[in-house]
Amino acid sequence: MDVLSQLQRQLADFLASLYREGFVDDQFTQLQKLQDESSPDFVMEVVSLFFEDCEKLVNNMAKVLEQQVVDFKQVDSHVHQLKGSSSSIGAARIRNVCIAFKTFCEAQNREGCLRCLQQVNHEHAQLKANLQSLFTLERQIVAAGGSVPAMQ
Amino acid sequence: MAITGDSRSQFHVLAVDDSLIDRKLIERLLKTSSYQVTTVDSGSKALKFLGFQEDEQSNPDTPFGSPNNHQEVEVNLIITDYCMPGMTGYDLLKKVKESSSLRNIPVVIMSSENVPSRITRCLEEGAEEFFLKPVRLSDLNRLKPHMMKTKIKNQKQEDQEELKISEIQSDEQQQPVQPPSPQPQPQPQPESQPPPPPALLLQHNNNKRKAMEEGLSPDRTRPRYNGIPTMV
Repeated sequence: MDVLSQLQRQLADFLASLYREGFVDDQFTQLQKLQDESSPDFVMEVVSLFFEDCEKLVNNMAKVLEQQVVDFKQVDSHVHQLKGSSSSIGAARIRNVCIAFKTFCEAQNREGCLRCLQQVNHEHAQLKANLQSLFTLERQIVAAGGSVPAMQ
Repeated sequence: MAITGDSRSQFHVLAVDDSLIDRKLIERLLKTSSYQVTTVDSGSKALKFLGFQEDEQSNPDTPFGSPNNHQEVEVNLIITDYCMPGMTGYDLLKKVKESSSLRNIPVVIMSSENVPSRITRCLEEGAEEFFLKPVRLSDLNRLKPHMMKTKIKNQKQEDQEELKISEIQSDEQQQPVQPPSPQPQPQPQPESQPPPPPALLLQHNNNKRKAMEEGLSPDRTRPRYNGIPTMV
């Protein structure tokens, strides 16, 4: 197999595993469908925005949660935002953590919230690493003269 | 209001959402569907863009084309998020529908939450559609009929006026007058439509349609559209 075919095979397998393990869902596929010659970096741009947003929200939530008296409404509002944006880009695992997170906010459970925050951090780091690998593979394919295969 | 030959066939959508990511997404979705897009991050900015004047509400008899409520740019559809700080999408919807100059612009609401009472409330207030987020390309197929309806109604209105004028005039007809449109109903159906989600039951509210008809301007200086695109 030539280099290009190998890379393309690698990309297909990697992407399949991301879906299989629930890192991304169908909404991520929808994002890829929106990428074309007129908007070649669309997915990367949106994903970058998401990671920035996620980091900011996590920092804010951490601050609120370490107060003497926790304003759970504020935490909930941040979780709501994170849930929305993770859903919009197809970050399924993060979205699922947010669902649990919301429940703890409503129950005014600080420990539960802190655990969820940790989980969000963890998932964020994993997803970031995975998507960076994905984008690198895509770049390599393009550099080798190929094009990124159309997603189903 | 100047409309160039190109933008005549283009629809302009105003998208409102406080989330940057969702704005980027909806913009891309709309552009991919060949719509012109303007995005704003709040209901108040949307109203500003639309040239909304507060005193229109207290004076329902304000004639159209009056110098106070001119739109800088024609907007064919407003698509707005429901949950926004300050003015919600519902508040924005209400303001648009209460405005004499804006109420015939179709409004679509988006929400990440499937709350049936919320959906009903929005539809009753005059929203054309309610999309659950994340919005997909296939959802946008449902937009064109709403935007076309207004244009076709305008066309029909003008056709009937033309006919009246030509009847009053002599038999000699200098310019080709189009008889009222041969289409049976001014509701072009898109070729294939995904079935609406169970939470939605789209019913054409007669009151709503009547409001739209009354909202049309008898202004004869509005530019004519030569030929209505009937293929979607």
